[in-house]
Amino acid sequence: MKKLIVALLLAVAPVLSQASEGAHLHDANIDISDQASLQRGARTFVNYCLSCHSAKYQRFNRLAKDLGLTKQEVKENLMFVTDKIGDTMQVAMPSEEAAKWFGKAPPDLSVIARARGADWIYTYLQSFYQDDSRPWGVNNEVFKDVGMPNVLWELQGAQKPVYKTEKDMAGNDTQVFDHFEQVSPGSQSPEEFEETVRDLTNFLVYVGEPIQLKRHQMGKWVLLFIAVFFVLAYLLKKEYWKDVH
Amino acid sequence: MSMMQNFVGWIDDRFPMTKVWNEHLAQYYAPKNFNFWYFMGSLAMLVLVIQILTGVWLAMNYKPDAQLAFGSVEYIMRDVDWGWLIRYMHSTGASAFFIVIYLHMFRGLMYGSYRKPRELLWIIGVIIYLAMMATAFFGYLLPWGQMSYWGAQVIVNLFSAVPVIGPDLSVWVRGDYVISDVTLNRFFALHFLVPFVLAALVFIHIVALHKVGSNNPDGIEIKKGPKGNRWSDKAPADGIPFHPYYSVKDIAGVAGFLFIYAAIIFYGPDMGGYFLEDNNFFPANPLQTPPHIAPVWYFTPFYAILRAVPSMYGSAFPGVIAMFASILIMFFLPWLDRSPVKSIRYKGGIFKTMLWLFVIDFIILGFLGTKPTTATYKLMAQIGTIYYFAFFLLMPIYSKIDKTKPVPERVTE
Amino acid sequence: MSAKGVDLKKRRTLTLATSAVGAVGAGFVIYPFLAAWAPSERAKAAGAPVEADISKLELGQLMRVKWRGKPIWIVHRTEQNLKDLPTLDPELLDPTSEDTGQQPDYCKNPTRSIKPDYLVAIGICTHLGCSPTYRPDVAPADLGPGWKGGFFCPCHGSRFDLAARVFKGVPAPKNLVIPPHYYMTDTTILIGEDKGAA
Repeated sequence: MKKLIVALLLAVAPVLSQASEGAHLHDANIDISDQASLQRGARTFVNYCLSCHSAKYQRFNRLAKDLGLTKQEVKENLMFVTDKIGDTMQVAMPSEEAAKWFGKAPPDLSVIARARGADWIYTYLQSFYQDDSRPWGVNNEVFKDVGMPNVLWELQGAQKPVYKTEKDMAGNDTQVFDHFEQVSPGSQSPEEFEETVRDLTNFLVYVGEPIQLKRHQMGKWVLLFIAVFFVLAYLLKKEYWKDVH
Repeated sequence: MSMMQNFVGWIDDRFPMTKVWNEHLAQYYAPKNFNFWYFMGSLAMLVLVIQILTGVWLAMNYKPDAQLAFGSVEYIMRDVDWGWLIRYMHSTGASAFFIVIYLHMFRGLMYGSYRKPRELLWIIGVIIYLAMMATAFFGYLLPWGQMSYWGAQVIVNLFSAVPVIGPDLSVWVRGDYVISDVTLNRFFALHFLVPFVLAALVFIHIVALHKVGSNNPDGIEIKKGPKGNRWSDKAPADGIPFHPYYSVKDIAGVAGFLFIYAAIIFYGPDMGGYFLEDNNFFPANPLQTPPHIAPVWYFTPFYAILRAVPSMYGSAFPGVIAMFASILIMFFLPWLDRSPVKSIRYKGGIFKTMLWLFVIDFIILGFLGTKPTTATYKLMAQIGTIYYFAFFLLMPIYSKIDKTKPVPERVTE
Repeated sequence: MSAKGVDLKKRRTLTLATSAVGAVGAGFVIYPFLAAWAPSERAKAAGAPVEADISKLELGQLMRVKWRGKPIWIVHRTEQNLKDLPTLDPELLDPTSEDTGQQPDYCKNPTRSIKPDYLVAIGICTHLGCSPTYRPDVAPADLGPGWKGGFFCPCHGSRFDLAARVFKGVPAPKNLVIPPHYYMTDTTILIGEDKGAA
């Protein structure tokens, strides 16, 4: 009987280790406690993303509080469409126009980090490459035929994919993505650009759930309290159960 | 007489307060050998109360409108003071409810808590389980994410597999030709309603329990054993008053549960995408089906069974039948188990093995339900489905030929 | 263990301690549910102060802005209006704004304003909440020869002067409310906040 169980588990094991679909994602190395990173990410977001993508569930005054910025700093550096600090991060572009220009309305990014994950966003933003067959002249290794142009191109520069030959399941030769090659430089070095994208991803992770900055801290006290209560309740139980055996 | 005694007397003249207190708490004798598995009933009741409290509070800000629903959840998460906590309590509570109930049901399986005279108690329990599944199904549409929308679309479309009336039935359930704002609104009303039906069923469940008394890990009927314990001459010798012994023990159990519950809420409410699914953070898009639809984890074993059964004569109905049958078969358990003993402790190797395999099978089916169908997975799910039904349908045979051990007279610690 | 061996004192203490901690815990749990009823960030943002640009407000003109869902009037009073105000005192219920609930401290003055030239008031009648009509015209037929300009409420006939003060013998019991406000510049008023309270 035990042998049967072991055999079943062994039969299941290789199936469980199936490779995941899609491009290989790089580790974004998120650290939302890094306030400076969040601030830089906020600036990048507002300068490069907010013209097309809203973050309509995020309020500016919350940004100020959570990122350690004064209302003045937020107004001067991060608010272009509105001047009310209580407003949410809306975009100037109406969505029907956007759908016409891009083929699909640029989605709101408030919870994109929860939907796609930090590693996906981090890799995606660095995976644009030259492709003349596309309307904007770029394609993306992580999101094939995406409608978005490479808004960070002036920082990153242009790159093209390099493929390598591998054998597929049937034993035939096939071209598989290996790495990117810089074609022309941007204003940032590759290391600087990685850092910019990391900051931006960090910021989007924060925007996805602002309370995450605080809930770990709170959780510590909650668990401590419950632990104390548990100890008392347990001692109480033990005391009463002396009657029973 | 003291003021308290006066007050109690005034109430007792008009309401059976002391009588109920004694009959169901202070002089209700439960077996003294309850173990870890016996925490689940009180924990389930706690989680029900939590879900109703947090649910009503969410309803104060949630908007059951296709244009507003997704946004209203984010509004609760960000703009309503402490809204995020109430939301996480509710989403974690939903999964916690199913974990607790599966453990509760497993206890029943292990110790034969469904055996005579507790058959009706078990049946009421299965009805509660169905009500829970309905509530969870209605509730999952409410955030109006991609998974909400398409999960509901797939499940409601199952109704259209019913011969003859199927398609009309689906339209009737939805109130529209596809899942829409109409569906959302009515599912919200039903999600609000069913938990109260559930609460009434829980009351009835406890009434049924108290009529026959609790089972215990040894499967011995303490009411049939010797009488007289340190609290009462007439009570079962192996019984102890529920209050204060089990009230105080259950409080400690609650504390232990709350520790785990809080740890999840504050440190990992998403639970790796199993409690709050990644895909559900995309607003529902009727024009774009996600590449991979799976129900929430607590439904996946039944989803695996649904997909395992092949179409017959061009109809997907057999799969639907199999899925419902896999739940409804639980109703018959009291009559399928022909063993002379109740508890796994005194059953033989056959039953123990069958039960172990059932647990593994249930977990594997659950895992398969989360995955897209491949040839290998489909085969595994089919084997899993066959075993699932075999566990129940062959039970009259293997429970009878199983070699049992002698059951002791008195409960063991 | 005998029944007599029960340490009642220990049981009482432990029960008390556990109950006390439990009660505190219950308080911690209830607090978020009560707090969730407070105005949300969205409600607070909607209730945020509004700016009014008075650079184009002509003499004798009234402009309206909305704050917290309420109409706010800004009237550019004339020299004559200001001269007439003290002559109306005998006809008014509360000419010197003794009721401190109706205006901020810095508007407890004869013109009920920061700058005499501009009246800033909430345009809601203190009787039953209608919005009075602006009647800057002098001695019209329906309001009589003594009318020197002010506000007339069409619902039940209450009258207010150009400092939003209520007349005697009308249904309204109080002067119109002056909201907290201050001048950000000579031509911009921030309504909804006292100066320095941001």
